[in-house]
Amino acid sequence: MNLQSNFRVKEYVAQRAIFIVLIALVVGIAIADPNFLAFSTLRDILQQSSTRLIIALGAAFILITGGVDLSAGRVVGLTAVISASMLQIDTYANRFFPDLPQLWVGIPIVIGIVAGLLVGLINGIIIAKLHVPPFIATLGTMVGIYGVNSIYFNMDPNQSQPIGGLRKDFTQWGSGYIDLGGGYSIPYIVLIAIAVASICWVIFNKTRLGKNMYAIGGNVQAAHVSGINVARNLIMIYAISGALYGLAGVLEAARTGGATNNYGNMYELDAIAACVVGGVSTAGGIGTVPGVMAGVLIFGVINYGLTFIGVSPYWQLIIKGLIIVSAVAFDIRKYMAKK
Amino acid sequence: MTMTEPYVLEMRGISKAFPGVQALSDVTLKVRPGTVHALMGENGAGKSTLMKCLFGIYKPDEGEIVLDGRKAAISSSRDAIASGISMIHQELHPVQHRSVMENIWLGRFPMFWMGPFRLVNEKRMYQDTLDLFRDLDLDIDPKARTGSLSVSKIQSLEIAKAVSFNSKVIVMDEPTSSLTGNEVEQLFTIINRLRMRGVSIIYISHKMEEILRIADEVTIMRDGCLIGTWPSTELTTDLIITRMVGRDLKERFPQRTHTPGAPLLKVEGLCSVNPKSFQDVSFELRRGEILGLGGLVGAQRTELVEALFGMRGLASGKLVMDGRPIRIKSPSDAKRHNIALLTEERRVTGIFPVLSVYENTIIANLGRYRNRLGLLDERKGREEAERNVELLRTKTPSVSTLIRNLSGGNQQKVLLARWLLTEPDILLLDEPTRGIDVGAKFEIYTIIAGLAKEGKSIIMISSEMPELLGMSDRIMVMSEGRVTGIVEGKGATEAEIMRLAAQQRRTEAKGNSHELTIQF
Repeated sequence: MNLQSNFRVKEYVAQRAIFIVLIALVVGIAIADPNFLAFSTLRDILQQSSTRLIIALGAAFILITGGVDLSAGRVVGLTAVISASMLQIDTYANRFFPDLPQLWVGIPIVIGIVAGLLVGLINGIIIAKLHVPPFIATLGTMVGIYGVNSIYFNMDPNQSQPIGGLRKDFTQWGSGYIDLGGGYSIPYIVLIAIAVASICWVIFNKTRLGKNMYAIGGNVQAAHVSGINVARNLIMIYAISGALYGLAGVLEAARTGGATNNYGNMYELDAIAACVVGGVSTAGGIGTVPGVMAGVLIFGVINYGLTFIGVSPYWQLIIKGLIIVSAVAFDIRKYMAKK
Repeated sequence: MTMTEPYVLEMRGISKAFPGVQALSDVTLKVRPGTVHALMGENGAGKSTLMKCLFGIYKPDEGEIVLDGRKAAISSSRDAIASGISMIHQELHPVQHRSVMENIWLGRFPMFWMGPFRLVNEKRMYQDTLDLFRDLDLDIDPKARTGSLSVSKIQSLEIAKAVSFNSKVIVMDEPTSSLTGNEVEQLFTIINRLRMRGVSIIYISHKMEEILRIADEVTIMRDGCLIGTWPSTELTTDLIITRMVGRDLKERFPQRTHTPGAPLLKVEGLCSVNPKSFQDVSFELRRGEILGLGGLVGAQRTELVEALFGMRGLASGKLVMDGRPIRIKSPSDAKRHNIALLTEERRVTGIFPVLSVYENTIIANLGRYRNRLGLLDERKGREEAERNVELLRTKTPSVSTLIRNLSGGNQQKVLLARWLLTEPDILLLDEPTRGIDVGAKFEIYTIIAGLAKEGKSIIMISSEMPELLGMSDRIMVMSEGRVTGIVEGKGATEAEIMRLAAQQRRTEAKGNSHELTIQF
């Protein structure tokens, strides 16, 4: 009995280690420089982490099924360019579509998200129907999508010029905020990220698709003999992830007020790193939305906080690398069975 | 008298052949409603094949399956479940990281609409699971993580799942093989409760005492044939054993011309780190001796030889080789002490399918084929591989052929060659002839006998009784992780071995030596 409760305590701590690390990190940086604890710091970290969170949530869907998605970053670039190309102010000199009328802002946003969804759908079909391993399938789309994006980006008259001069009613979604008075404010993009995380939480925990996702990643054989249509579930999950990357790309364009075909490059690796640090297993079957949020925030705090206290960017990279490896080494101990 | 069917399930005249083997010939199994029907036979008697036919995993060549008097077409495990047949597998495979209730209702979650969204009805799922468990008097938290449960609880979960499908027939394959005494009692309570409700259980087990206690009827199979069905009240342990083994030993083994020499390896009180695996194992292995290792599924024989090869952890015990104590913590330690292991799962832990015969032969021994530059001397390696192909009479077009293109017997010879090149003093062979056809078996036997004659010591696990009796100088028998006896190979009988293998632990007392040497 005692042994059991002891085990429970250990498990409890192990499950929440990530949040403890996050708090320790904040405390450590705050001791080095108490100014870190200002509200504006928190707001900036959240704002910078918002699109990363949305991409990481997409990656979490895939990782939990036991897959991996390398195309995320390039999808972000694609949808950033597509949405930005349709949302320039009509007085701007280098318009991507010189004769395009001022569209309602929602149309390009939806087109961007749908483009992402289509890429995800293609990934899903290649993986579930053609049985190509996810690593290879998404490596292929990652390379191919960049090609598609570059052709689009190089069209006349743009010819690979960075897309700028984006409309205010679009960029406000990335850089605008609600003023709460007294120096407090909440960026819209943070609210969007929180809303997306909430929806993902519901999908993970309350829907059949979410539970099937865990079952497929945990034991695909058991899922199959329980009558789950594994292929259809996988395709839907890849499509949802693609849509999330699409949304993230649109928001990246809005946040930075522009886009090039190199947007999002390698974001998939940041997303996977945030997921595994947040307790998502690359072997599949394990992962939570709060864990992913903590994983993203840890990297947000490191990026911002270490710069804040003057740690060189090269040292930051070394620290990040150490955190990724040690987080997973620690995590694996939870599940290692004794032979 | 009502005209209800006397049998809930009838499998009539089932035959099934695989290339080279008649796995089942004209087997009939009739199960009455609300009874426990034991299915018995040696390893390889065809029990699993018969159950796979029932479950739609194999399609029988001949025969029919009749459920409740109606002919049933079962071509997948889904069909079987829909027809009211469930199976509790020997190795249970739930989704470890999810809750108990999710595992039970996987693929058929109760749903509800919340506005436009269709969500899983957790409350209803929880309540349904509670009701199901209360009904079976199970004490399991529906929200517990499945991976945190004991094997016995996971088994209860699987039984509850079968009940939730309204199964009329539940097949249990070796359900007690990993349970403790107390857990077996709990299982029997559940089985009795199911029997009272009219559910039939097909109970596959080797354990005589269990069978005689729980079964109403017993069907015995041998070599793919039906021997007969009897009420358990008419049977005794001896009668079952006689009917399970009763066959004559043909001249299927090479003449033995060597005599074992001085002791080489002394094993004392070896205990696994896993309390459910082997415990307190002691024996001696002589030079040039073939020590057969017999036992039933779950006897922990594979675990023992894998531990001797450093693949599994040891909690305590001593190994003495040539008078010197040795420690083996990894396969490379074992290799250094000239121990070699031919694993049971040839495809999983033996062959490298996409490498050639040549590469497969020398892979455990690459250090020997270095030239002066430290690079691999391919010519030397090839010559060695070719020499071994000739020596063991391996049938292969050339040593460059991919090993996966060879037959099982020839793959096994390549693996034997691989380990012989390490010049072992002790060869551990785990089911060396599994999945190999009869002709090739004799050749493998000849090679093994030849090695013993050269003075190599051999421990050979075998689940085939004739092989064990025909090849071994001595036979060590294990049951539930304990050595239950070591008998001289010459003069040993199948019944003797079977009795030792089926010996069950009566007490939970520890530290008791269960070793018992029978002299002839």
